[in-house]
Amino acid sequence: MLDKLIMYLEYPFVRYALIVGVLIALCSSLLGVTLVLKRFSFIGDGLSHVAFGAMAIAAVTGISNNMLLVMPVTVVSAVLLLRTGQNTKIKGDAAIAMISVGALAFGYLIMNIFSKSANLSGDVCSTLFGSTSILTLTSREVLLCTVLSLAVVAVFVLFYNKIFAVTFDESFAKATGIKAERYNLLIAIVIAVIIVLAMNLVGSLLISALVIFPALSAMRIFKSFKSVTVFSAALSVACAVLGIVISILMGTPVGSTIVAADALGFIICYIIGGIVK
Amino acid sequence: MAIITCQNVTIGYDGHAVAEKLSFTVSDGDYLCIVGENGSGKSTLIKTLLRLQKPLDGKIEFGGGLGQNEIGYLPQQTEVQKDFPATVWEIVLSGCQSMCGIRPFYSRSEKDTAKKNIERMGISDLVKRCYRELSGGQQQRVLLARALCAANKLLLLDEPVSGLDPKAAADMYSLIKELNAEGITVIMISHDIAEAVKYATHILHLGKNQFFGTKEEYVNNGTGKYFITENGGEDYA
Repeated sequence: MLDKLIMYLEYPFVRYALIVGVLIALCSSLLGVTLVLKRFSFIGDGLSHVAFGAMAIAAVTGISNNMLLVMPVTVVSAVLLLRTGQNTKIKGDAAIAMISVGALAFGYLIMNIFSKSANLSGDVCSTLFGSTSILTLTSREVLLCTVLSLAVVAVFVLFYNKIFAVTFDESFAKATGIKAERYNLLIAIVIAVIIVLAMNLVGSLLISALVIFPALSAMRIFKSFKSVTVFSAALSVACAVLGIVISILMGTPVGSTIVAADALGFIICYIIGGIVK
Repeated sequence: MAIITCQNVTIGYDGHAVAEKLSFTVSDGDYLCIVGENGSGKSTLIKTLLRLQKPLDGKIEFGGGLGQNEIGYLPQQTEVQKDFPATVWEIVLSGCQSMCGIRPFYSRSEKDTAKKNIERMGISDLVKRCYRELSGGQQQRVLLARALCAANKLLLLDEPVSGLDPKAAADMYSLIKELNAEGITVIMISHDIAEAVKYATHILHLGKNQFFGTKEEYVNNGTGKYFITENGGEDYA
């Protein structure tokens, strides 16, 4: 088993997958705590479907670097969705559900009508479940992913205290003169970046799992915001590594194996949380 | 010295007025209690005073150099906070956030401020405890300590005793009274008219018969008498 793993690790694509997997797992778990607490658990799902729709358009129009289209579209949608929390006619969860399924439907429709590819259902399946794309990363994509991930981590660390203040009590933060809208905007942009990155890893259907599971697991056991954040990041990275290694050794799909590992982590944390209390 | 002066202020949201032509002043050291039925605009008034929303009409003046970072606010508990994983320390310290500006981390003096206010609220033994595991009264003390970190001059309290048992509510009221005696101006929304009249120096009654004046005037005024009797505070009146 170990020999096999070492043999695989000699391939650059396996190393790339591990690097990218760890980075994305780290980033997605950082903001997960905030999103779960702000009752925005499903934003990951909604945004990833938007990204899927954008990707379909990029594929059909033949834009070579689809990041150029997918990233801005997703960022704009994230900003619009997180704004709905306050005082719009359509409430947050309904807006997310609407955009999410709408984008999914249009994405598939566009791919179906205009696609020149011979293997349409294969294309759709790999975008939805990220089945192989993480194993076909080029060194440029790995570099881009690394830079963006480090930027996300840096932003999170620098704004950690402000994110906490805005998450715990937005009206208090605003009342004392903190520009809460600005930080909400920042959170929206960062989450959009993370989701576009994470589409490579688990595909657009399973992204929510990367965002939610580690946060919920950590919240079962830990009692301070800092320890919840740190533990969820650590757990998320561990589950991602475990998932990737298992999928390489057993030949299972990468995305779903990682999510299965996350779900297992949650069950373990749930039990530990019950015993500790 | 008047620190807040409202003249013919109309408040509301989406262009829809909930209370019209409010005129009142709050002076340094006052204890103003805002009373009135549900939907009379009490919370909207507080939000307007906090500059979270604009008055639809009229003028609010802040005198005595009262800047936004000198107003402390104790909001009603939100749904989000009920299962929030954070320690008492983290929450109280977040009250200092407005002093940080763009600086990412808290300074020593801000940590000292937080520590001082935790001691002031008598919750030093809870510092490492998780907020969601505290009793209602303890949670309110934590939020009050946080509000004090943000401001030392004026406190706005939105129903500080709602959901507390009578003992915890009485503790909360005397704590607020102590703070007021230390020179902090208090503006409080209350449902509990009997208690409000007991501690306040001034009353603002919102609703059909608007009233603003000192407590003594209110008790002798028709609106006040009726409202106090209606709400079971007759032993005071």
